Amino acid sequence: MNIAVCVKQIPDPAAPQSFDASYTLNRSGKLILDEADTYSVEMALQLVDKAGEGEVTVVSMGSSSDVAGIRNALAMGAAKAIVVSDDALRGTDALGTAKVLAAVIRQVSPDLVIAATESSDGYTGTTPVQVAELLGLPSITFAKSVTIDGTTVKVERQTESGYDEVSAPLPALVTVTAGVVEPRYASFKGIMAAKSKPLDVLSVSDLNLAGETGVTGARQEITAVVAAEARNAGEKHVDEGDGAERIIGFLESIKVL
Amino acid sequence: MTLATLWVVVEPSNGALTSTSLELLTQARALATNVAAITWGDDGASLAGVAGEYGATTLYSVGALNGALPGAPVAAAIAQLIASAGAPDAVLIPTSYDGRDIAGRLSARLDRPVLTNVTGLVDEGGLVTEHPVFGGSQIVRAHFTGAGPGIVVVRAKSFVAEPSSGEVAEVVSAPVGDLGATGAAIITTSHVEERTGPKLEEASVVVSGGRGLGEADKYALIEETAKLLHGAAGASRAIVDAGWVPYSHQVGQTGKTVKPTVYIAAGISGATQHMVGMKGSKNIVAINKDPDAPIFQIADFGIVGDVHKVLPALIAALKARG
Repeated sequence: MNIAVCVKQIPDPAAPQSFDASYTLNRSGKLILDEADTYSVEMALQLVDKAGEGEVTVVSMGSSSDVAGIRNALAMGAAKAIVVSDDALRGTDALGTAKVLAAVIRQVSPDLVIAATESSDGYTGTTPVQVAELLGLPSITFAKSVTIDGTTVKVERQTESGYDEVSAPLPALVTVTAGVVEPRYASFKGIMAAKSKPLDVLSVSDLNLAGETGVTGARQEITAVVAAEARNAGEKHVDEGDGAERIIGFLESIKVL
Repeated sequence: MTLATLWVVVEPSNGALTSTSLELLTQARALATNVAAITWGDDGASLAGVAGEYGATTLYSVGALNGALPGAPVAAAIAQLIASAGAPDAVLIPTSYDGRDIAGRLSARLDRPVLTNVTGLVDEGGLVTEHPVFGGSQIVRAHFTGAGPGIVVVRAKSFVAEPSSGEVAEVVSAPVGDLGATGAAIITTSHVEERTGPKLEEASVVVSGGRGLGEADKYALIEETAKLLHGAAGASRAIVDAGWVPYSHQVGQTGKTVKPTVYIAAGISGATQHMVGMKGSKNIVAINKDPDAPIFQIADFGIVGDVHKVLPALIAALKARG
């Protein structure tokens, strides 16, 4: 069971966000592994453990040469990583991202591809399915549980009214929602081992994707960023045992009660 | 009106169309001369009335999917329609589990970009999309470039659905063609979880809990308060990530957008990622023990207090009212 996991390094979500001159997200600060991806890595490690053979390969792309977040995934237990790092990736959209990731995954030729449902910074939420389409794979998104049964992947997929049991033949792509597994913390041993694990860095030209990435490949343009309608703070009271009563009073005043 | 044609993916749900589908049809008919809808499932033809009422003149019906997840077959059918009938200016798709699958598949098939998390659509001599960013404090305006249709994924509650006097849409069959392996994801069993109250996105009262609840079991306080107010229970990303509640409850940037009459945020500090999903609520009530929590900056009514005291008291008071 060989699994490729798509991960993304993002600016710390707790830090204030801003745009740079061309309206792309400012990524000049330190980048970290998107927490949403820790669930994908954990899921992949557990599935490989259960299968008793195979390995997890981390796949990522970005314009930064920073790889600390990728090392983090290796420290959790992934065997190796392939990162496409290139200034030509600045401004790449979801489809361009998918083209890069698909080109790398093709080289790995895994039984299963796992990704988060969406990144925490751009949250376009379509990249994994675009990867699946480019690779000609079936995909099952929004998985809350994943099991492998021979050459079939079985997923409990979140729906509006509950969940569906969905199955697909391998190779396939699955996206997992957060909270479905408990991501392990990297052990000291894991962190040390990660330093010597293979981490291949490729450039866009290695993948034959000239013109498909960056702002040119995105074929979309941000024309303006305007302030949204502001919302002002209203009343605020310190609870002195009367908080619930005050809320009831407010709900009555707006005729909800 | 400079837009000639918009296509809208309309999602079937229990013999009707989802509310976001109707919102999109309403906005599409305000923007374009011709509006066509695309749907799937056994009931395709029976949806022609409602599709027409909300503005579609044609309803392309993909037909029964025989258990396949809609993403691959519906995207394939749309791509085939574009090849045979010509491309619209854009394809509008509701933000939903299946909507995002369709958008991703279609984007790769057509080699055209997709813009998601759209909350506004404007005609400015071409289609302009609006996207809230940074917790909804700013709006990004964007448009597609290059030849071919744009693919737009629109969040729920971005527009108000209004019927028109439109006649029943003409139903046209939209064949899927051979999908190869991409169509091989099959639903084997559906589980419907018991839900007593309204849907999260449609409820007029939403009560949401966050990390301030302290532990998973305390989410029951949120559910009970929501039930007593005939509302729905929501959650911040923090407690969904922690595995306390399923993803379907998540309100915010990576979850659902809600615009209820009143939104009660209990133990939610107000991360930008949460605010973007609820700041359109008509009234916001916040309960948080930190007087400086960002949620108070947008709350109409704030209680600085412990959710473990305020919520049980609120539950008791609501029960006493009967």
